[in-house]
Amino acid sequence: MSKVQVETRINGEGVEFLCEPQQTLLEVLRETLSRTGTKEGCATGDCGACSVLLDGRLVCSCLVLGVEAEGKEVTTIEGIAGNDGLHPIQQKFLERAALQCGICTPGLIVATKALLDKHKNPDEETIRYWLAGNLCRCTGYDKIIRAVQDAAEELAYEA
Amino acid sequence: MAEAVDYKVVGTRPIRPDGVDKVTGRAQYGADLNLPNMLYGKVLRSPHAHAKIKSVDVSKALAMDGVYAAVSGADFPTAAHGDIGGEGGGDVADVAKNVMARDKVLYHGHAVAAVAATSQSIADAALAAIDVEYDVLTPVLDVDEAMADDAPLLDENCFTANLPEKPDKPSNIAAVMQLARGNVEEGFEAADVIVEGDYNIPMAHQGYIEPHACTATINEAGQATVWCCTQGHFEFRSMTAKLLGMEIADLKFIASEIGGGFGGKTVVYLEPLAVLLSKQSGRPVKMMMTREDVFRATGPTSGTHCKVKVGAKKDGTLTAATAWLAYEAGAFAGAPMGPGAMCVFAPYELENFHIEAFDVLVNKPKVAAYRAPGAPQAAHAIEVALDDLARQLDMDPIDLRLKNAVSEGTQASYGPKFPRIGFKECLEAAKAHPNYTKPLPEGAGRGVAAGFWFNVGMQSSAEVHINENGSVIVVEGNPDIGGSRASMCIMAAETLGVEYDSVRALVGDTESTGFSNVTGGSRTTFATGMAVIEACEDIIAQCKARAAATWGVDEDQVEWEDGQAVPAPGVNADVKPLSLADIAASAHKTGGPLLGRASLNAQGAGASFAVNICDLQVDAETGKVDVLGFTAVQDAGRAIHPDYVEGQMQGGASQGLGWALNEEYIFDKNGVMENAGFLDYRIPVASDLPMIDCEIVEVPNPSHPYGVRGVGETPIVAPLAAAANAVRDATGVRVNDLPLSPPRLLDAIDSAE
Ligand code: FES
Ligand code: FES
Repeated sequence: MSKVQVETRINGEGVEFLCEPQQTLLEVLRETLSRTGTKEGCATGDCGACSVLLDGRLVCSCLVLGVEAEGKEVTTIEGIAGNDGLHPIQQKFLERAALQCGICTPGLIVATKALLDKHKNPDEETIRYWLAGNLCRCTGYDKIIRAVQDAAEELAYEA
Repeated sequence: MAEAVDYKVVGTRPIRPDGVDKVTGRAQYGADLNLPNMLYGKVLRSPHAHAKIKSVDVSKALAMDGVYAAVSGADFPTAAHGDIGGEGGGDVADVAKNVMARDKVLYHGHAVAAVAATSQSIADAALAAIDVEYDVLTPVLDVDEAMADDAPLLDENCFTANLPEKPDKPSNIAAVMQLARGNVEEGFEAADVIVEGDYNIPMAHQGYIEPHACTATINEAGQATVWCCTQGHFEFRSMTAKLLGMEIADLKFIASEIGGGFGGKTVVYLEPLAVLLSKQSGRPVKMMMTREDVFRATGPTSGTHCKVKVGAKKDGTLTAATAWLAYEAGAFAGAPMGPGAMCVFAPYELENFHIEAFDVLVNKPKVAAYRAPGAPQAAHAIEVALDDLARQLDMDPIDLRLKNAVSEGTQASYGPKFPRIGFKECLEAAKAHPNYTKPLPEGAGRGVAAGFWFNVGMQSSAEVHINENGSVIVVEGNPDIGGSRASMCIMAAETLGVEYDSVRALVGDTESTGFSNVTGGSRTTFATGMAVIEACEDIIAQCKARAAATWGVDEDQVEWEDGQAVPAPGVNADVKPLSLADIAASAHKTGGPLLGRASLNAQGAGASFAVNICDLQVDAETGKVDVLGFTAVQDAGRAIHPDYVEGQMQGGASQGLGWALNEEYIFDKNGVMENAGFLDYRIPVASDLPMIDCEIVEVPNPSHPYGVRGVGETPIVAPLAAAANAVRDATGVRVNDLPLSPPRLLDAIDSAE
């Protein structure tokens, strides 16, 4: 199958890759570029494990084609922590024990980032609806919601 | 074990040692390993639920550019019968046929061939080029149908096991089990009130978010390495060896991080295929299931049909009970009817009971363990019946249970006498919980139910290495599915008397640590924890010996206190205490590195009980249930890391609520699952649930140094009935079948009006 050349930016770095036209961004990230922090739980847009930001918007990378990344900025879980350490969202997930197996965690952290970029002080219901696209089978969400609340508080304090 | 103990580390909530890698995307899960020159393996699955395979021809696939291997049932050795061991195995020969069908396909999605190719798209095209000829047979799709006399047979050689005599003809009933005590007829005669119920629950899936995946590579000498997500890499190694006729020592299994399992990752599906494809191609092969594969061909847990009858005196004393429990095994024998039968009446004192359980073949995927396998379905039946009984007696449902609750010394319905257990403590804690008496909003209902699970021990190994600066490395063999590294570090730190931060835990592969059974049966913190504690005690003994030699005193004149060797009271030695770091620093002068180890087959797993309170309301227009509150009370024995104990309780509650309210396998008349995706098989999402309140009860298990019971499975046992009883309370209508989905509830409410 002939491949298409794509130029994009991933976590601030210019990246070029070749992909088949039907390959998803998720498959390209994981299989072609070995950025395996972004996870596949379903490949049908139903679990959120593959959440990334595309030009700052939260998307399921399994529903985006690799070729659609052309000229865009992709932010994945690998781009959330800064040079000076973990992002407060990551830190609060750890402190609140908001992960058990951890497979949903990258997607949830990226989705939380998108939420808190937009809503500085979300109430519990807003958090629950924002994260409704990110399945977690282990935690029952309780500690995740609390971690997001803590992160919101910390980020508001920092700002 | 003394009750009030001053622990320094046990019971604290430190950050897990593997946490940073898991919040940054560094942690590698089953599908995250890419090797140079790697191929992608894929599986061709049966489009029929029941058919004879006339022929499989992979030659066209194999001839395609980019395709390097193609295999079908004929390429596998015939596996001998035998117990697969571990938690969710069954018979080796059955697992072999489940991994790759031989002469028959037994469910829609059953593997019939596999290929390996240079890209996923070429692998897909290769699957399409495989010719399979089938003779389609009538599928048997539910448990009652399968048990009928004239049902089509899945297996002509299936003669019901455990009957006094071998039956004269085969059937779909693979095995039966009976438990009885006393005289049931007399017991019912003595009753003032009798309730009965008939309960159906369809198959449900574990629903772990990570699909099964592995990467395998084998060299010319036949030495293979398999990287995979598994709950037990040692058992995966032994199953793969048996299925491929390989020498165990030629197989090295490395457990990746695991994205959930809940029992469903205790048996092999892809691993033997990947090894065989790697052998045929001479290249590494990676295989990943799709979500659809996961639904169609892994897990699920049994659909069940249960009947329960209970009699009681006016004061609530139970006089007799019977249970008839039929479990779907799926395509091969091995439904969890045994644990179901053993659990159904386990929480209650009963003089007279009779339990009959059945393991029934149907043309659906072979069931795998799912958290307290078999218990939730059976508990649903008895706990709903008890709720009805409490209503008839006009008794508080917790009081009814307290009246009949088992305690230390009670002869359990499944045989042994209970040692120290915490069921009454859980019931009392639930009754005293503010959520139990909190006023409900208009139209809402509250339900209560109890749950029980045995927990298991089994084999574990652990090693403890002391680094030259006194920091500690714990090596054990249980994949960390929910924070177990943190628990191991806590127990090691507590035992050695050092800081939590100075301890690291790692999960060794099959060549770098001793054998350990699966992470399952709620055994890891209990059994592997015990091995870690013993390995630390080994270190302490060595440290005492080294201190004694340094000081020129006898070993029994040295004690270990707060992480250091000190002279025993009364020993007249003018010496400075030696810390672990001191002893480690001079280890080269006192006999070499410090290495402690332990291996054991843990006895005395402590039974764990739970009580759940569920508040919900039902929308009369749509039948949709809103869960307003959920309170989980459970005896953990001792919570090593309370956050992760609560996590198990909250996760179990969520899974149980999903099972109660929404989740089910829906099959068409041909046995094709119609909802094989997360859109239509809807597990709870964040907006479906409230916060889940936890109360950890601690009645220490006398068999564990810190009192651990194991907490992973009990949380899913009670929520099904707790939700069903809350729906009854909210609507006034009793619905016996699950799930309590909007159409079913709407129907029930409408027909009650
Ligand atoms: S993998 Fe993209 S939503 Fe599930
Ligand atoms: S922590 Fe396992 S799925 Fe969320």
